[in-house]
Amino acid sequence: MSTEHLVEPSADFPVRDYGPPRVHYLNWRHTIASWLLSRDHKRIGIMYLVSISIFFVVGSLFAAIFRLELLTPEGDFLQADTYNKFFTLHGVVMIFFFLIPSIPAVLGNFLIPLMIGAKDVAFPKLNLASWYIFMVGGTIGVAIILLGGLDTGWTFYTPLSSSYANTHVFLAAMLVFITGFSSILTGLNFLVTIHKMRAPGLTWFRLPLFIWAHYATSVIQVLGTPVLAITVFLVGIERIWGVGIFDPALGGDPILFQHMFWFYSHPAVYIMILPGMGVISEVIACFSRNRVFGYEFIAFSSVAIAIIGFLVWGHHMYVSGQSMYANLVFSLLTMLVAVPSAIKIFNWTATLYKGNVIWETPMLYAVGFIGLFGIGGGTGLFLGTTGLDVPLHDTYFVVAHFHYVMVGGMVMAYLAGIHFWWPKITGKMYAQTPAKISAIVVFVGFNFTFFPQFLAGWNGMPRRYHSYNADFQIWNVLSTAGATVLGIGFLMPAFYLGWSLFFGKDAGSNPWGARGLEWEACTSPPIPHNFEEIPVVTQEAYAYTGEETVSV
Amino acid sequence: MWNFPLLPEQASAYAAKVDPLFYALAVFVLTFTMGVTTVFIVLGVRYRKRRGVHRKSVHVENMLIELVWSAIPVVIAIAIFAWGAVLYYDHGKAPGDTIDINVIGKQWMWKIQHPNGLREVNELHVPKGRPVKLIMTSQDVIHSFYVPAFRKKQDVLPARYTSLWFEATKVGEYPLFCAEYCGTEHSLMGGTVYVMEPSDYEEWLGGGPALTPAAEGEAIFQKMGCATCHDAGDSSRGPSLNGLYGKDVKLRGGGTIPANDEYLRRSIMEPTADVVVGYTPLMPAFKTQFNEDDILSLLAYIKSLGGGTQE
Repeated sequence: MSTEHLVEPSADFPVRDYGPPRVHYLNWRHTIASWLLSRDHKRIGIMYLVSISIFFVVGSLFAAIFRLELLTPEGDFLQADTYNKFFTLHGVVMIFFFLIPSIPAVLGNFLIPLMIGAKDVAFPKLNLASWYIFMVGGTIGVAIILLGGLDTGWTFYTPLSSSYANTHVFLAAMLVFITGFSSILTGLNFLVTIHKMRAPGLTWFRLPLFIWAHYATSVIQVLGTPVLAITVFLVGIERIWGVGIFDPALGGDPILFQHMFWFYSHPAVYIMILPGMGVISEVIACFSRNRVFGYEFIAFSSVAIAIIGFLVWGHHMYVSGQSMYANLVFSLLTMLVAVPSAIKIFNWTATLYKGNVIWETPMLYAVGFIGLFGIGGGTGLFLGTTGLDVPLHDTYFVVAHFHYVMVGGMVMAYLAGIHFWWPKITGKMYAQTPAKISAIVVFVGFNFTFFPQFLAGWNGMPRRYHSYNADFQIWNVLSTAGATVLGIGFLMPAFYLGWSLFFGKDAGSNPWGARGLEWEACTSPPIPHNFEEIPVVTQEAYAYTGEETVSV
Repeated sequence: MWNFPLLPEQASAYAAKVDPLFYALAVFVLTFTMGVTTVFIVLGVRYRKRRGVHRKSVHVENMLIELVWSAIPVVIAIAIFAWGAVLYYDHGKAPGDTIDINVIGKQWMWKIQHPNGLREVNELHVPKGRPVKLIMTSQDVIHSFYVPAFRKKQDVLPARYTSLWFEATKVGEYPLFCAEYCGTEHSLMGGTVYVMEPSDYEEWLGGGPALTPAAEGEAIFQKMGCATCHDAGDSSRGPSLNGLYGKDVKLRGGGTIPANDEYLRRSIMEPTADVVVGYTPLMPAFKTQFNEDDILSLLAYIKSLGGGTQE
């Protein structure tokens, strides 16, 4: 270990502004092999960023095509089978190849060692292996698309998937099985890293809330994902060898599948949203120049979500034939899992009180997150209520609800995080005006796309419909129009962020005037081993004084 | 040019009860979200960083506030749960005097049979003001019977029987959908529910064939030779079916099982699965010989032989 170095809070912030280093993680080697064989958590984070961005584009194109189909009530643009494949692939690609890895694998990988003052994650080779496993899964995904697709829905309900579908269910089961290990190993890596590699003085309650959120996420990844792997494995062997597990014609139980599937796939929702909440905590603290209000409450609410989140899977099954009494218990637990999220929202809002608030791009995304996640979480109350879920289940109301949480919540948080740490990751600052416009375009386009779906669903439009009752047309036309705006909003960052790589000005080590080791003790971009000297931490995570300046 | 369906049609007793909950929650969630977002923006503007204003950030901690705003959501959450739970529980069990209609879902159609034997496909005629119970099963994958105007939905499973009941309150035609994705033509697996005045319904029923499901079941029972072993008296070969429905059956090897739809179906399809105590498993499996219609008819026949009622 190297010598100790104090990070002092100081009135004349920034402590020091490191210029761009001569050798940093991006330029210290230039060969392709130096990327593909890199065990540097930062390079692996970039490799994930590139891969999931490609998957996001693919998943969005599927959505764009079926939203065109839905402009008219008749199934006139796509064949029914094609439509079914497109919504299935949209779900599979977006969930397994974008939402689950997005914040943990990109920002978590990049930032966790920086934030805790470590030179890398605990198991760098395992980290690289996780990316390769992820890409093997991705390759199977591409193979499925090229071989003719998959039409079971991303939920793989049996016996449709195990005995009836004529598409590549076995390959898809392999895809989910293999990709899951990438998620498990990343979670395991983060758990060990957070436990064992914190810098001297960095106690649990001095950790950034981003770390707490990733800790909770990792616990779910490690405990939940194996159950999904087992489930799809069983679907696979039922399909190939006709072993009766889920298909009643073979002596199986289709409801058993739903229990096993949702035992993972409901907590998976928290894998997707918790890291986003971690990002929002960082962004709001930085841009209000305040300690996060109720730090401990936000930290423990993440843990509470991770625990209670494992006990609510049955709320996906109120009308499946599950017992009425089970439904009531799941409903009560579901209501309680909403409470920690409400606590977080209150504390974030209170953080602004008597702060020095700066409305930079990440903060615009954060306020968008609050509004959209509020609607997304709130409509979860509708669906968690037994009596009300009976009409709403499997309608467009559900589609709108989870897009408000997953896109309105998670993707907004992801974009907030990308805009916040972009100068740290690349060393370059992007143009602020187009970035602020993109935040507004995404917010407007998003609401325009998904709010009409609540109305379609409440009026009875079932989800996964290739053709639909003409009464619902207006809501679908609005939704498709909104999706066009949303698509433009999502494309904009590709341009100004790409532009910044080549023409952006050097960001400096701490352009936002933020607290945290990644800003205060690290160059932009960071050097290959992150820190010249391992920092010693003497203060809490958010020691803002209100006098930090922004230089963008 | 286009309809703007904002509020769905209310055509059942349940719809009238569930709608106030929906609208109350909608007002609550919109108020909450807009309220919090507004406070966020107002604070963000009020405390924005300005040139020439030097304000030290203060780190406020307040346990009382934390506890209050943790406790309030708990109370609200439980209140919402309770409202929905009471509605759900009250409507969970069908009343005793229902008109029982058999429904079979298959890729991609709904086959329906009325108590007097009349069959229809993708159409369901029901009287206004009478509770109707659908006894449903699927011939292949999972489907879901959904009538938005009644605010009712229930998954329909292969090899199991689920039921859905409603009381229509308004004469009219309402869409029927399959809500559980079931393959290629999922979106075409729908139809229409016709709610009729009771007198019109009786008249409509009158046009049907005379053979009730129970009578059809009896015919199958005779034709397949079931009576040889399961005739009215207890023979040595098979247990009597008189008064069986809904009773507990003692099984070989210990344990009892209620003689409900699922048990009876299994005993026909795979007789060796649960053998009644005191009998040897002589009966052949009828798995490949009966379709779901036949089994529903046989069940109707067994029910007609008396016994308790079973959910």
